[in-house]
Amino acid sequence: MEVEIKQLLADLQSLDQSLPDPSLHASLHKIQSRVEHLANLVKAEPVRRSKVQDMSTEVVDSNPYSRLMALQRMGIVENYERIRDFSIAIVGVGGVGSVAAEMLTRCGIGRLLLYDYDKVELANMNRLFFRPDQVGMTKTDAAVETLSDINPDVVLESYTLNITTVEGFETFMSSLKNKSFRPSKQGSGVDLVLSCVDNYEARMAVNQACNELSQTWLESGVSEDAVSGHIQLLIPGETACFACAPPLVVASGVDERTLKREGVCAASLPTTMGVIAGLLVQNTLKFLLGFGQVSPYLGYNSLKDFFPTMQMKPNPQCSNVACLTRQEEYALAKPERDAAAKAKLEAELPTEEGPLHDDNEWNISVVDDSEPEGLDTRSSDALPEGLTHELPTADAFQKLPTDAPVTDNDDLEDLRKQLEAINSA
Amino acid sequence: MEGWDPNTKSTLTQIPLLSTKAGPRDGALWTQRLKEEYKALITYTQMNKSNDNDWFRISASNPEGTRWTGKCWYVYNLLKYEFDLQFDIPITYPSTAPELELPQLDGKTHKMYRGGKICLTVHFKPLWAKNCPRFGIAHALCLGLAPWLAAEIPILVDSGMIKHKDDASTSTES
Repeated sequence: MEVEIKQLLADLQSLDQSLPDPSLHASLHKIQSRVEHLANLVKAEPVRRSKVQDMSTEVVDSNPYSRLMALQRMGIVENYERIRDFSIAIVGVGGVGSVAAEMLTRCGIGRLLLYDYDKVELANMNRLFFRPDQVGMTKTDAAVETLSDINPDVVLESYTLNITTVEGFETFMSSLKNKSFRPSKQGSGVDLVLSCVDNYEARMAVNQACNELSQTWLESGVSEDAVSGHIQLLIPGETACFACAPPLVVASGVDERTLKREGVCAASLPTTMGVIAGLLVQNTLKFLLGFGQVSPYLGYNSLKDFFPTMQMKPNPQCSNVACLTRQEEYALAKPERDAAAKAKLEAELPTEEGPLHDDNEWNISVVDDSEPEGLDTRSSDALPEGLTHELPTADAFQKLPTDAPVTDNDDLEDLRKQLEAINSA
Repeated sequence: MEGWDPNTKSTLTQIPLLSTKAGPRDGALWTQRLKEEYKALITYTQMNKSNDNDWFRISASNPEGTRWTGKCWYVYNLLKYEFDLQFDIPITYPSTAPELELPQLDGKTHKMYRGGKICLTVHFKPLWAKNCPRFGIAHALCLGLAPWLAAEIPILVDSGMIKHKDDASTSTES
């Protein structure tokens, strides 16, 4: 087709030169420019790029990674190409998850695991990534279609399932454990799990899986009114898990008659979702490639452009058993951690260069204030003589009085039959 | 619980509370929990029948007791509207409540999430969270589904979104 158009252009050119009547030139030029436009359209037809063996630092237009590899030259990242070793699981391929997946795909991530059970709808078109022609496809299939076009180097795995169900959760766990992509990797088969889901149940399921696998994950969320959001780093045992601080539940005591239709349709904006996806993937890259600091919690209030950060310690009374196990492991590993930190510090300051000050007339010394924990709590606990706390302290986990270990002799099958009998009566 | 009508309140107090905090992945403890679920459901169903307020049928559709199916119905203007009812027990149960589904109403009301999951966020989830692990399936039906039906079905019928099965058949015949 391209050749034919070229020929056509050449014919027009010769006709233009041999044409005796100058009045016809204008219309001929018009035809020429239209043919040129056609030629451009033909050139722009989709071409799939082939896979790339190694990430090259060569600065040419045809290198998809030149701008990323430049991060090394700029001194931001030590070894960018390591990104091809990493696997990321994205749970929820919606407004945040799909954009995060595209960002990681464009960054040349090694492997992406995508989980969602939903289908693409027209109602999703106010957000990024999905196109109207994908309506009706599963989000995972539609994402794989687009992502494999953008970067064929990324290994994509898609799972169309609901992780809160028993079967879905089992597949979720086994897919996270699968190490066939990089058998030498320690721990699970993925480097980070990104939770991009839109409900509490699914977050609790991700939390459960990551606590059991001791898998670090990043949680993300956008508020129902679409004007704020957050990301949070969860390292089982070290930081608060998602069940450590349950959401503030307020029994609003609604009368069922007042339970009228305010509508449960949440608002969403491509902007807020894009910002949160950007923050999420930026912290993912920092975590994977070891530059900058990964925020333990980063909020985003778009109305005031306020970005609060904070840190949350795990709750020693967390209701999640796996979280308590991880907390115990983390506490037991403290000596090793301290030794490693000390070794690192010593490696950074190899030689002691004599005293900083020759004399110290006032005996001033620098006291380490990095770990005040143990001391601090005790001092605040200390009460003047004669006073006692009314309630026990929460230092030790208080075993709940188990309501007399129920060891009834009821048979499950009997109970099932009883219910059936009542049901059919 | 202030604000709930006295009827619901007195019904609720008669449904036995559960005590085992266990989900479908907890082996023998789950069996124990399942027994408690059955006992609460049996009591609640019996109570409804004796009060002439029978409004649902539910039974486990797999031996593990993780998937439940049945029917529920609501009487409005002397006509009975019946719907399929189904739900899965989530792996994080009972920390998170089951998501009750009425698949036939999917897309007909916006007080619903995809797949016909009814919206429980405001009127039920806080109660469930506060009463974990003492509430079970029976409580979810009593405090989650029943008020939802009471609020939604009249609106759906009045707006013509759902038709009584007799009306539907006569209109297709004519």
